Amino acid sequence: MKYLHNIGAYFIMIKDIFRKPTKWSVMKTLILKDIDDLIIGSLGIVAFIGFFVGGVVAIQTSLNISNPLIPKYLVGFATRQSIILEFAPTFISIIMAGKVGSFITSSIGTMRVTEQIDALEVMGINAINYLVFPKFIALTLYPFVISIAMFLGILGGLAACVYGGYGTLEDYVTGIQNDFIPFHMAYAFIKTMVFAFILATIPSFYGYFMKGGALEVGKASTTSFVWTSVVIILLNFLLTSLLLG
Amino acid sequence: MIEVKNLHKSFGDAHILKGISTTFDKGKTNLIIGQSGSGKTVFLKCLLGLFDYEKGSIAYDGKIFSKLSRDERTELRSEIGMVFQGSALFDSMTIAENVMFPLRMFTKQSKSEMEDRADFVLKRVNLPDAHNKMPSEASGGMQKRVAIARAIVNNPKYLFCDEPNSGLDPRTSIVIDNLIQEITDEYQITTVINSHDMNSVMEIGEKIVFLQYGLKEWEGSKDTIFRTDNEAVTSFVYSSELFKKVRRMYIEENQ
Ligand SMILES: Nc1ncnc2c1ncn2[C@@H]1O[C@H](COP(=O)(O)OP(=O)(O)OP(=O)(O)O)[C@@H](O)[C@H]1O
Ligand SMILES: [Mg+2]
Repeated sequence: MKYLHNIGAYFIMIKDIFRKPTKWSVMKTLILKDIDDLIIGSLGIVAFIGFFVGGVVAIQTSLNISNPLIPKYLVGFATRQSIILEFAPTFISIIMAGKVGSFITSSIGTMRVTEQIDALEVMGINAINYLVFPKFIALTLYPFVISIAMFLGILGGLAACVYGGYGTLEDYVTGIQNDFIPFHMAYAFIKTMVFAFILATIPSFYGYFMKGGALEVGKASTTSFVWTSVVIILLNFLLTSLLLG
Repeated sequence: MIEVKNLHKSFGDAHILKGISTTFDKGKTNLIIGQSGSGKTVFLKCLLGLFDYEKGSIAYDGKIFSKLSRDERTELRSEIGMVFQGSALFDSMTIAENVMFPLRMFTKQSKSEMEDRADFVLKRVNLPDAHNKMPSEASGGMQKRVAIARAIVNNPKYLFCDEPNSGLDPRTSIVIDNLIQEITDEYQITTVINSHDMNSVMEIGEKIVFLQYGLKEWEGSKDTIFRTDNEAVTSFVYSSELFKKVRRMYIEENQ
């Protein structure tokens, strides 16, 4: 019952994001601030994780290929595939559900608890548009973050492979160019856009509708992380069966 | 003028407001007094439409709030200034930005016009040089005054203040009370103030509504509150020896 109610409230919130927009001159600064907080602020951790996990994927792959009949370039190929198809779009999004998601929930939740949202509403401002729309727009740049994760992941794989002595540069480069299917890119970025929407809206929902005090802000962030990840995993399954299945 | 008729509000089983009717006149400072927990804040939030209520009606100059369309509500709300009990300043903005916020949202003023106006109201609340501080760097009393400045910056038609002088020293408190009364009179605002500050009651209570146990126990003004023999009011207002003395002297003087 409570779940149904929440799902209903979530979709009503989605509609309200686009109703009665805030004045552009104000919205512009909000968007720039959210781009800074949500996108620019995430690049460091995404680059770091992307590079090293790419390296691990390459090492694992080459360690598991012991059969001499399997061509050496397969390491590059497998690394590219797992990074582009799953690791960058899905794994990074789960990390972002923790980083960006709990930031969104706690910042909106704090505004709820300290009556700042009431203050907006009393002034006749559509608080959902004011708070969530800039996050939604900022996260349309999310594919850019994921591209960086993809690029650095493949680069990390290369570094680990070549400098760790698991294969040659030529083999790895041949591997990452091998059998490239453009639709895989489309699939990865469709997923990315869907996850961006989830990352902007579900944490906002938990922040906006929270009740209580400072303690509940912490709890709301945790709940928000759990549900954002669950929805991302489920949609990942659904989109993969639809698009690739 | 704001007319409230038979307002009922509950949270689950807790019946907080049990049928309150009263009117708040234009150009007057209307005070709501009552013990902590008597429902003053809940009442104010019902007036503002922040809480839904089960029964009753609230009319702003004849327009019944619950019957207004979304757009009409928005329009009405742009004419409302509100000071929350906890100030509710936007903590991502400086003090000056907080004060200019309603102007940025609802007027077409240029940046310098807005800055001039913010300067003016910040001076009136006795904060001539706090512009670039963040709310978290200001004391509780300063935050309160910024909240008042933000509420009056766009010349509201209706002004609501939830305990505007809690956390202020006696002198600033009087400055704020007088400021609210002045602008109420000057711009003919309908002002509603929650308070349990007896000084304000005696200074600016042009109309006083006393809430107890979810009901309107008594209604009057700063003049009649000295003479009432309503048990509940006298035991609340004249609970301190000082105010008992004040009352005795007032009655002697005005005999
Ligand atoms: N959101 C809420 N949910 C449930 N109960 C509430 C809520 N807000 C207020 N109450 C209850 O309503 C009653 C009145 O609270 P209210 O805040 O209006 O008191 P008040 O008169 O403003 O007190 P104070 O002078 O201390 O500010 C209290 O018993 C409080 O517990
Ligand atoms: Mg209160």
